[in-house]
Amino acid sequence: MRHADFLQSFQDGLFTGTLPPGVTARAPDEAAQRFAVYRNNVAHSLSRALAARFPAVERILGAEFFAALAPLFLAERGPQNPMLFAWGGGFADFLAGFPPLAGLPWVADVARIEFARGEAYHAADAEPLPPEALSQAAADAGRARLALHPSLRIVPSRFAAVSAWAMNQPGATPAPLEVNRPETALILRDRRDDVPVRALGPGDATFVAALQSGLVLIRAAEAAATAEPGHDPGAILLSLARAGALTGLAFGETA
Amino acid sequence: MTLPASPGIGFKPEHFAAIRETRPDLGFFEVHAENYMGEGGPAHRMLAALRADYAISLHGVGLSIGGSRIDRDHLARLKRLVDLYQPESFSEHLAWSSHGIYLNDLLPLPYTEETLALVCDHIDEVQAALGRRMLLENPSTYVLFEQSTIPEIDFMTEISRRTGCGLLLDVNNVFVSCTNHRMDPRAYLRDFPLDRVGEIHLGGHAEEELPSGPLLIDAHGTPVADPVWALYAEVIAAAGPLPTLIEWDNDVPDFPVLMAEADRARAVLTRRVAHAAR
Repeated sequence: MRHADFLQSFQDGLFTGTLPPGVTARAPDEAAQRFAVYRNNVAHSLSRALAARFPAVERILGAEFFAALAPLFLAERGPQNPMLFAWGGGFADFLAGFPPLAGLPWVADVARIEFARGEAYHAADAEPLPPEALSQAAADAGRARLALHPSLRIVPSRFAAVSAWAMNQPGATPAPLEVNRPETALILRDRRDDVPVRALGPGDATFVAALQSGLVLIRAAEAAATAEPGHDPGAILLSLARAGALTGLAFGETA
Repeated sequence: MTLPASPGIGFKPEHFAAIRETRPDLGFFEVHAENYMGEGGPAHRMLAALRADYAISLHGVGLSIGGSRIDRDHLARLKRLVDLYQPESFSEHLAWSSHGIYLNDLLPLPYTEETLALVCDHIDEVQAALGRRMLLENPSTYVLFEQSTIPEIDFMTEISRRTGCGLLLDVNNVFVSCTNHRMDPRAYLRDFPLDRVGEIHLGGHAEEELPSGPLLIDAHGTPVADPVWALYAEVIAAAGPLPTLIEWDNDVPDFPVLMAEADRARAVLTRRVAHAAR
């Protein structure tokens, strides 16, 4: 048997239970039970790896339901490489399309938040700007372009996904929640290497997204004021600066 | 550049504060390469801090040396880590873990002339890409293969001979595999080419019962068992002191518990040094 055929038959057997050809033991009638060690190891370790990436989703759905889900997701989109911390990019879409969860459409967005947090944790490092950079930028808002920390992510939702995520953190207590209101999550890895999640109002969310897309400061502020009349970007800018999220400042052409 | 012949432990982020505080007297820390394949962040920061004070053993689990081919992207990520952190040792497993998807387990391969050539090709490729010699670890196995034609010890010895790689002797894996296949672990260790061993692993196992006898599982979630300590002492008596890792990856205990295991290994190593001095 060619080695590639051996690998394929062994892998198939891990999921179907069919004993691969050639597998035996000192007591040959125990071969299936011994092969089952590998079957259980693979199923369990991948299921736990997925739960480690999505602990709030596991808490919301319950461990049993989640454990039943995991092999279905695995069959659809198993890890493409050994970087398990990067596995699960398709899990939110999987949850969104999973018929038994049709009544809980907000769970998929909690998964999006969790996946973004995982990405933020491992994102590249970048040195924050010194404190005076913000006033320099404000002084020339028509030409200032701010670069944001590589870990920063915005996850919009039609639902109160941030609140749902927050109340399913260790130590928090789930309580009745009005989920049918939109919340946009801001996720970033801060100076202390924490990865907080906060809900942004429409003005702040538009402003940060505009900065991320490379708009000059004044255009970003205009976009934010359109989304939320009277919006002042001062507070969110200060908050980003404190978290170490402002990492670059360039002065381009006047917008 | 090699690991010192003293005890080491597997680094876990939850122990980082305790390590900074107590500055333990350890020979080295071992880390799983795959956990450090992100672009940046606290994982890298902790590893850099450890690197500054301790020797580092970079231990991979996802290379799939026994698979069809080496993943070039994975190898490039390993090279980046090796270049960044200059570990005193890089090691991987005689196993496969990917075929299409990554299965997150160390899966067995039959020992034949074909698989011997395949594994040697892969180790040649890895050593050339990384610019250094690697250590290959013996596996814990639960099944045998009818198509195997080469005993495991001969298989590993020949790999080492052909590629120049060293061996990582996991004494717990020897105990688990030999028990599972109703062989004598002491006989296995007597035949093992100890002169090719660059590191020892010690870990815990779980036990189930089958009609024919015990089925041991390499669980790494408990202290090292007494029979494994006894085998370790025999290995060190025969081979002299060797870098020894305490491997406890599941249900990770508090830091002092790990250090107690490391101290027990230290006692064996110290006894051997004292014996040689006589």
